[in-house]
Amino acid sequence: MLEVKNLQVRVEDKEILRGINLAVKAGEVHAIMGPNGSGKSTFARALAGHPGYEVTGGSVSYRGHDLLDMDPDERAREGVFMAFQYPVEIPGVNNAYFLKAALNAKRKQQGLDELDAMDFMALVKQKLKILHVDESMLMRSVNEGFSGGEKKRNEIFHMAVLEPTLAVLDETDSGLDIDALRVVSDGVNAMRSPERSFIVVTHYQRLLEYIVPDYVHVLAEGRIVRSGGRELALELEEKGYGEMTGARK
Amino acid sequence: MAALVQAAPAWVKERREAAAKHFAAVGFPTTRLEDWRFTNVSPIAEAKWPLAQGGFPQAEALVASVNVPGAVRLAIVNGQFAAGLSDLSALPKGLRIASLRDGARDATDGIETHLGTVVSLATHPFAALNTSFLDDGVAIMVTAGAVVETPIHLVIVTSGEGQPVAAHPRVLIVAGANSQVRVAQTFIGVAGDTYFNNAVAEVMVGDSARVELYTDQRESAQAFHVANIQAHVGAKGVFESHAFATGARIMRHDIGIGLKGEGADCTMNGVYLADGERLMDTHTSLDHAMPHCTSHEIYKGILAGKSKAVFNGRIIVQLDAQKTDAKQTNRALLLSDEATINSNPQLEIFADDVKCTHGAAVGQLDEEALFYLQARGLTRLAARDMLLHAFAGEVIAGLKIPALREQIEANFFTALARDMAGQPAGAQEGR
Repeated sequence: MLEVKNLQVRVEDKEILRGINLAVKAGEVHAIMGPNGSGKSTFARALAGHPGYEVTGGSVSYRGHDLLDMDPDERAREGVFMAFQYPVEIPGVNNAYFLKAALNAKRKQQGLDELDAMDFMALVKQKLKILHVDESMLMRSVNEGFSGGEKKRNEIFHMAVLEPTLAVLDETDSGLDIDALRVVSDGVNAMRSPERSFIVVTHYQRLLEYIVPDYVHVLAEGRIVRSGGRELALELEEKGYGEMTGARK
Repeated sequence: MAALVQAAPAWVKERREAAAKHFAAVGFPTTRLEDWRFTNVSPIAEAKWPLAQGGFPQAEALVASVNVPGAVRLAIVNGQFAAGLSDLSALPKGLRIASLRDGARDATDGIETHLGTVVSLATHPFAALNTSFLDDGVAIMVTAGAVVETPIHLVIVTSGEGQPVAAHPRVLIVAGANSQVRVAQTFIGVAGDTYFNNAVAEVMVGDSARVELYTDQRESAQAFHVANIQAHVGAKGVFESHAFATGARIMRHDIGIGLKGEGADCTMNGVYLADGERLMDTHTSLDHAMPHCTSHEIYKGILAGKSKAVFNGRIIVQLDAQKTDAKQTNRALLLSDEATINSNPQLEIFADDVKCTHGAAVGQLDEEALFYLQARGLTRLAARDMLLHAFAGEVIAGLKIPALREQIEANFFTALARDMAGQPAGAQEGR
């Protein structure tokens, strides 16, 4: 599904990622953990194609295509989804209208008919129920005036509607209380399937109690310093980042 | 033209001559004048503009292209009322419509009483020029108490069939006490034609009356468009002006509202979209002359290419105008590094118990918002259009004639597509 080789990324003049190697197979859930400033979110944003993140070396192959050669919107239409750490407020753009446009852009790419307003609403209402998202959120402007929890839930709601092949969750747990965390995690777990992969970027082990990963990778100073199974997250919890990443230096 | 001059009643001739005399004395404005500092009209002043005459073959198609179903349609072709292209079949009760040429002869109509009393020729040289050619146009007279549901659509088409021409369309709207009416004016010409359209609309809003005026300026890209919209609003009267502009090479709008009776309320909104080397200049003026009046003003500009815009928003609160509540917002988005705007709020407050706020902001499209939309699958162009539409949405939503709103919205997107053609700035370079 995804093959990242020696990925190097610069933000402004600062080198953040210094050679990431990662292979994600279909159906797998990979957690990327690491202390603040380790490059976790940079990795997520580089995968999504954020223009402020300049790839200076390495390669990323996604389902056989060169991901780095694709515009952010092409990546999205090909099934890459990033749930934003800080979802952007967009006054004046109706959430449902935007989501319909996004879904139809993807369907068009796949050679499917565009959904009309009725079919779209039927699909959306089904997803809203699963995520315990209030219907009024549809009619509001995208993320405008949403609480932190609402914003994250809206991200997962978008993901549920767009049904990506590869979902990258960038610190989706930050700012969530325990109830919201459970709802969001249930939403993600409901979408797990043999065809769909997840990269879950998080600072805390807590999220991984709900979304149980197949692999855990620890990022420090722009490199993956350790990889392992679920138990690695628990070890991190116990020892803290300092000892684990510092020991490698 | 000469024959028509002879046929006009004496009062028309007098006003024409007085205006011609005034214009001869002041001439075209120059950039030395404060009100014209950023708008050089020498391309108008230095060219020869024979007066446009009669109809032309494309007029019918142009009128049809902006048809608003269900409306009373009044066509003004090259400055003259064109009965053949108008549709008065939906003319409701309480409304009288006359071509100025016919109406001017009828003393009972009130045209003589009102025409020329709202616009000040001393401060608006182009209005003086318009008046010096006073010949025809349209008068819309709403009887006191009449609530007119049917929208009135003025379609103002101009062309010299490839030759440069001038037209001076004139509109008068008089709404009696307690009456209500919605009027739209669409300015359109043959694409690519060079002409000079110099329009004046005067609006009298009676006590407790309500008038909405929508203006859609989509002139030829080579046209020079100067328009004056001046309104007087009586006690507890309501006037709304909503102006949309996507056309012309040089546009100058002077929109002035005088709140002349206590408790009057007005809205003065606009969206303009400038691209290429267009110059779009909007000068608004609000005269709070009486107490307890409210005004709401929102102007939004989108500038691409090497376009220039000028926004000057003047608000005068006179000594007696206590309890005034005035709000002005002016925002502009620059889509390219070469586009420029001169934005100038101008508040002159002489009363002491008033609430006046104004805000001006010039910025660029939010890159993070663009990326967010793009990261969900919208092309950068679609994302940009969605954000621009949202930016203008607040003003577009104020259009209360649904068919007209759809038409103006469609034209907005067409204009957005147009301005991208020769403009790579950011939008096509992607990541």
